[in-house]
Amino acid sequence: MSELHKKPASELAQMLRSGEVTSVQLTELFLDRAEKLNPLTNSFLRINRETAIEQAKHADELIAAGKAPSVLTGVPIAVKDNLTTTDAITTAGSKILENYLPQYDSTVVSKLRAAAMPILGKTNLDEFAMGSSTEFSAYGPSKNPWDLERIPGGSGGGSSSAVSGFLAPIAIGSDTGGSIRFPAAVTGSVGAKPTYGAVSRYGLIALASSLDQVGPVTNDVLDAALLQDVIAGHDPMDSTSLVDSLGQMADFASKTDVKGLRVGVIKQLASDGFHPGIKARFDESIQLLVDAGAEIVEVDCPSFEYAVSAYYLILPAEASSNLARFDAVRFGQRVLPEGNPTIERVMAATREAGFGPEVKRRIILGTYALSSGYYDAYYGSAQKVRTLIQQDFEKAFAAADVLISPTAPTTAFKFGEKLDDPLAMYLNDVATIPANLAGIPGISVPNGLAENDLPSGLQILAAAKNDGVMYSAAAGIEKLHNDKWGKRMIDFAPELEVN
Amino acid sequence: MAKAELMDFDEAIEKYEVVIGLEVHVELNTNTKMFCGCANEFGDQPNTNVCPVCLGLPGALPVVNGKAVEYSIAIGLALNCSIASDGRFARKNYFYPDLSKNFQTSQYDEPIAFEGQLEVPVASGKVYNVAIERAHMEEDAGKLSHVGGAGRIQGAEYSLVDFNRAGVPLVEIVTKPIFDSGSEAPELASAYVRQIREIVKAMDVSDARMERGNVRCDANVSLRPKGQEKLGTRTETKNVNSLRSVENAVRYEIQRQAAILAAGGEITQETRHWHEDKKYTSAGRPKSDADDYRYFPEPDLVPVQPTEELIEEIRTRLPENPASRRARLQQEWALSDNEFRDIVNSDLLDEIDSTVSLGVSAQSAKKWWTGEIARIANVEGKEISELSVTPEDVAEIEKMITDGKLNDRLAREALSGVIAGEGSVAEVVSAKGLEVVSDDGALTAAVDKALAEQPDVLEKIRAGKEQAAGAIIGSVMKEMRGQADAGRVRELILERAKS
Repeated sequence: MSELHKKPASELAQMLRSGEVTSVQLTELFLDRAEKLNPLTNSFLRINRETAIEQAKHADELIAAGKAPSVLTGVPIAVKDNLTTTDAITTAGSKILENYLPQYDSTVVSKLRAAAMPILGKTNLDEFAMGSSTEFSAYGPSKNPWDLERIPGGSGGGSSSAVSGFLAPIAIGSDTGGSIRFPAAVTGSVGAKPTYGAVSRYGLIALASSLDQVGPVTNDVLDAALLQDVIAGHDPMDSTSLVDSLGQMADFASKTDVKGLRVGVIKQLASDGFHPGIKARFDESIQLLVDAGAEIVEVDCPSFEYAVSAYYLILPAEASSNLARFDAVRFGQRVLPEGNPTIERVMAATREAGFGPEVKRRIILGTYALSSGYYDAYYGSAQKVRTLIQQDFEKAFAAADVLISPTAPTTAFKFGEKLDDPLAMYLNDVATIPANLAGIPGISVPNGLAENDLPSGLQILAAAKNDGVMYSAAAGIEKLHNDKWGKRMIDFAPELEVN
Repeated sequence: MAKAELMDFDEAIEKYEVVIGLEVHVELNTNTKMFCGCANEFGDQPNTNVCPVCLGLPGALPVVNGKAVEYSIAIGLALNCSIASDGRFARKNYFYPDLSKNFQTSQYDEPIAFEGQLEVPVASGKVYNVAIERAHMEEDAGKLSHVGGAGRIQGAEYSLVDFNRAGVPLVEIVTKPIFDSGSEAPELASAYVRQIREIVKAMDVSDARMERGNVRCDANVSLRPKGQEKLGTRTETKNVNSLRSVENAVRYEIQRQAAILAAGGEITQETRHWHEDKKYTSAGRPKSDADDYRYFPEPDLVPVQPTEELIEEIRTRLPENPASRRARLQQEWALSDNEFRDIVNSDLLDEIDSTVSLGVSAQSAKKWWTGEIARIANVEGKEISELSVTPEDVAEIEKMITDGKLNDRLAREALSGVIAGEGSVAEVVSAKGLEVVSDDGALTAAVDKALAEQPDVLEKIRAGKEQAAGAIIGSVMKEMRGQADAGRVRELILERAKS
């Protein structure tokens, strides 16, 4: 851990405060790495050298004057390209927003600016965050730093590859069904989805409003907690934003003792469907917890069986409506069809040319699920499943403080492997989706190398608004792992080299 | 478009049972829009009262205007509705360029107010108890202007959208079908809308100006042969922007549909457009019951949950209900049923009430509003509300009459000057030199002259027949070209005759 770019944000922040390094130096370091390595990983859709350096200068002034507004002041960060920024084109990974410069900053970006954290650039994602691999980005897939032939997870593969490849120390992601946690698992990094409503969605280009949540993408648990502290909090611009504070996550993340912690193992997410290596690492982690004095209980969540089905009705239904505004009237691409360009034909031609295949698939699916005569059978039933899943969680959290499972059934797969099989792609999210349906917090931490010596992830879930409990447990498990491995799992990653 | 075949109204009523249903949209006069902080202002420069929320920009989220909710509850209570303690908004999905998000945020199966009723009297003295199905909150759309092609959508070269109106809060009030109104259906329809207007105006929750679209009515009309149980096919007539239009449009639809049915034809279920200038309806778009708006609960908003305390507090602030107000005013003004009904039917209750409250006697106030002012409105083919005359003007004129500064004829001239926009009462009087001649010198000379010319009359007066003075008054007024106070002239005649 000698190299500066591999240090966690918490340490960089200390060095900034002690004057060992300036924000401009750090920002330049990461900009240089990003510009050099992005051709390999395609993590960034845009790198904002000029504005990032300006923001870094501002941060240095604040730090020098003893007026740093945040613990992370001066630490540079990457932001997923579905959060609006007034100083950088925001595409959501879609052709339809190819040159779209937003008129307002998302609340999360405003908070980063208020904390004086330089924004290095905007990271790649599956179009409108629909996907698990970034293969559905209109701007090409991002690559996994562990193996450039493999996917970095999705939809937030840009942020996960940027952080795990040390192109950025930390990043912002968004998680609708696992888009922060799955990428973290397959790139050996940490990704947290806070409780629904803990972080404002204002300015997050909506995929599915009732499921979307913004969260941190980092290389360790403390960094994730520190970043959540920067971006969380009530926002009057978001009606679904929680009013009460959930406390300081960084405080919780510094409590690493798991003795007496009641850890629930979800029966439905501990048996079939997980690759042998994934399952083996998971069982080893349970043993580690037992050895450290945690209490393991098995919990039964029978409705999880229907989670993926319900999710793929609710998500497309909301998305079909959320994406209706991309109509060429007020902003974004406008495609004029041949012949007489009536408004209907302009809308149709723009959406035909501007949306990719996965977006169209989900719009059609969602439109169908909401149609009269089908609503009760599809959307209505899915909402009932959602209630049942919430009830499963309520019972489970009566018996356990946190629940654990493997984050994903497999390690990173190769490009193209699941591209023609939407169902196989959707099943990646089997373990992560229930948390979104229930609105509870979840985090993925490194869980050792599995098949092909690639990273696997451990998911830790806590009850709604118990993000603190989640961070304590995650920090505890992370410590057990790091003690066992002698270093962070991310430090086993191969160095990225430009030929 | 040619007018359709019409059946004589009385014949139509004899053959068919009329069923009407009314949807009234009330634009609330809150300071800001339904879901954002933009000004709710009529007539500003296009696209100046807009923001990311009402423009439907990517990532923007709605927040409910609490004032609009209170106003909606007030309307619900005034219509004797139950108020929902837990109501959600819903998205009504359809593509149209004036709808920025391509869905309208509305309420669907959980309206804020439901199951009410309103007593509506008509000229015959009959009072209809109109059942209210629901009153729900929603947002208005933007406004399209078609350029070229005579301003119509067909043949237009292009269209412009003004989003100032997008997101303006609306309450839509829907009646249950009204079955038993027969020949009074057209009158009932307009009396109902008038009463809604009265209510929202009295509560000051809407500017209630129909000519500005603050109150808009869609009139559903269907006919069925007498004795038939099954309802006939209905049409929904839009663009009825005055009380007179409501009455005329319903009457027209009854006659049009009766002619079609009598000829063995079928009514097309469609929206129809009312043309006030030429007094007919034309076909709009087909409207089937299967129109699929793919309603689903708005996930970006939390349910509206007014507390019992809030509802009761709003109830205590409600103004007197129109029926008891009418009863009270009729008694206070000491008017006969017929006299009072004239006032109600001419929609002049508010104007006369205001005028009386400025110190004018009820008889005089009634005389001005139902007499001269109504006459001018009729001549000009306008609604009285469109004339620029206020209760204050009438009171001022009345005062000048009492003070002997105007006589009846001059007062009428002053009034018509005010209505013609020539200025305030005082300005018109002074500009036109309307004030009566109160210089006794000039009057006395004229009286002496008239008395000398008619010695026989002078004799009669001297003999005690004071009513004979009338002939002399006529001569004097003629001499003074009307600009004299007849009362004063009479006094002078008696004085001079006896001297």
